[in-house]
Amino acid sequence: MTEITSLSLFELIKNIKEKKISSNEATKSFVDRSQKSKKLNTYITENFENCLKLSKEFDNKPNFDLKLPGIPIAVKDLFCTNEVRTTAGSNILNNFVPSYESTVTQNIWNEGGILLGKLNCDEFAMGSSNETSFFGNVQNPIAKNLVPGGSSGGSSSALAANLTPVTIGTDTGGSIRQPASFTGTVGLKPTYGSCSRYGIVAFASSLDQAGPMSKDVKDSSILLEVISSFDKKDSTSIDFKRNNYSSELTRNIKGIKIGIPKEYRVDGMPGEIENLWKKGIEYAKDCGAEIIDISLPHTSYALPTYYIVAPAEASSNLARYDGVKYGLRSSGESLIDMYEKTRSEGFGEEVKRRIMIGTYVLSSGYYDAYYLKAQKVRQLIKKDFDDAYNKVDAILTPSTPSSAFKIGEKSNDPVSMYLNDIFTVPVNLAGLPGISIPAGRDKNNYPLGLQIIGKPFDEQTVLNIAYSMEEKINYKNNITDWWIE
Amino acid sequence: MTIDLKTVKHISKLARISLEEKKAKKLANDMNSIFEFIEKLNELKTENVDPLTSIAETTLRLRDDKITSDNIREKILKNSPEKNDDFFVVPKVVE
Repeated sequence: MTEITSLSLFELIKNIKEKKISSNEATKSFVDRSQKSKKLNTYITENFENCLKLSKEFDNKPNFDLKLPGIPIAVKDLFCTNEVRTTAGSNILNNFVPSYESTVTQNIWNEGGILLGKLNCDEFAMGSSNETSFFGNVQNPIAKNLVPGGSSGGSSSALAANLTPVTIGTDTGGSIRQPASFTGTVGLKPTYGSCSRYGIVAFASSLDQAGPMSKDVKDSSILLEVISSFDKKDSTSIDFKRNNYSSELTRNIKGIKIGIPKEYRVDGMPGEIENLWKKGIEYAKDCGAEIIDISLPHTSYALPTYYIVAPAEASSNLARYDGVKYGLRSSGESLIDMYEKTRSEGFGEEVKRRIMIGTYVLSSGYYDAYYLKAQKVRQLIKKDFDDAYNKVDAILTPSTPSSAFKIGEKSNDPVSMYLNDIFTVPVNLAGLPGISIPAGRDKNNYPLGLQIIGKPFDEQTVLNIAYSMEEKINYKNNITDWWIE
Repeated sequence: MTIDLKTVKHISKLARISLEEKKAKKLANDMNSIFEFIEKLNELKTENVDPLTSIAETTLRLRDDKITSDNIREKILKNSPEKNDDFFVVPKVVE
C-alpha cells in the first residue's frame, strides 16, 4: 500500500471510514515524518503529543459521519488556536497563547479534524517568500535553498513534503496561491466574506481571506466545504447559500466561457510562463471550454493600489501591539518610550516598512493623494472584472510571473519582491475567488501554476474548471525526500 | 516627490516605532523606491470615481449588547507582560 502520508485527503478519509487506517495510525505517520523533517523548518509550534492523544480518543469513539473523521491537520500560525501558542511569525507575539479559537479552525475541529501543529509564515503574513518570519526561513521540498513562497510558506512546504494531508492558509495579495504555485500544490482563495476572519491575526482587513491548500483539487473542495460559513463574529462575513463543493464537483465544463486577459502579458514575462499559459488555454479547450479574449485595462495599477491599501490597513491593525495586554514588552522610561522600544524590537524590517508606508499614506495632508486615490482605483479594478464577467464565466492566467527563487535572492529589494504578486493581487482587490493549480515545470524542474479566477461566490465553477484541467495536465510532484533525517 | 529623513523620523513617531539613524536612512531609501512605484496611480483621472470602501456591499450588522463569553479574566491576564492582581501594569504616567 502507498504510504499513509502520501495519500490525498479524500483517500485518507476513505481509508479511515473503511477502518483500514485508524486516526491514531494516520496521526503517528504524519508526526513521525514531521519529526524527521526539521530541516524544512515548517513548524513554529508542534502539537504532536496532544494530537496523538486526541486521535486515540477519536478511535475509541469514532464518528464516521464527520467530514474530516480523525484527520490530523497542521495550520498556518496566523489562526488563533485556543490554548495553543499563536505567533503570526512575529517576535512581538512570541509568547501569545489565545483564549479563543478562530472560526475557520473551529469549523475544522467540529468536523473531526485534529490540530497537528502551527506552521511557519511570513511575519503578519507580510511577504512572498517566508523570509520575513521571526522563526527563520522555510525550505521548499522541491529543491534545497529554494523559497516555498509566502506568506503561507510553512503551509505549502509542509503540504508538498507530506507532513500534513491538507492545510489552511490566508491570502491577502496571493499568500495562498503563490506558495501553492511554488510547491506544485493547489491553493484556493475564496470570495471575500466566504470564510470568517474571526480569530485570524489581521493584516489588511478588506483583503484577508482564509482558504484551503491541498495536494489536489478535490481535497480543496472538501476542505472549503468545512471552512466556509456565515459567522456573526465577523462583520464582513456574508450570508449566502454555500454549495456542497465536494459532492457537486464535476468535470463537465462543456461550453463554459473562459476569458484570457491580454493585460496579463506583462513586460519581461519569461517565455516559460507564456508557454505555460498557452498550454493552459489548450487544456481548457480540450475540456470543452470556450476561450474568449478579454481586457482588464487597469491591471497594471493593481500592485501600486495594493501597496497603499494593504499597508494602510496594516498600520491600523498593528497599532494594537503596544506591549501592554499581551505579547513582547521592552522596558522603557516612560509609557511612550516603552511603546516605541517594544514595537521597534518586536517587529521585523518588512513589517516596520509597511507600518511606515501605511502611517504615511494615512497621515494628515496625504490621505487624499494616496489612500483615497487608491480606493478609487480599486473601484476601477473591480469594475474591470464586473465588465469581463458579462462575457465570461471565469478567467485563466498564470499564478506567478516566475517559479520559486533562491533564499536571499530578492530579500534586499522590496519592489522586486512585491512584483511576485502581480497576477494574484487584483483578485484580492476585487474580492473574487481564485485558485492556483500546478500546471507544468520550468527549465530547473521547478513547478509552475495556473490561476483560475471566478465570479463572486462562484467557487464551484472555479473548482470544476480546475478539476477538469487537473486531469488533462496530470501533474505529479517528484520529491526526493532530501531533507529527511 | 521624495521622502526625506525628517519625514521618516516624523512618521516613525506617529507609528510609535523608535528608529536608529542608520535604519532611518535605509527606510527612507526603501520608501522612496516604493513610492516611485506607487506614483503610477497619478496617470489615472479619478475625479468622477467613487472610492471602493467595502468589497461586500452590506451594511454592518449590529448585535445585541450581551456578554457571550465566560469569565476569562485569568486567561486574558496570563498573556500580559506585567500585571498586579487584576490590573495591567504600565510605566508611570501620572506624577
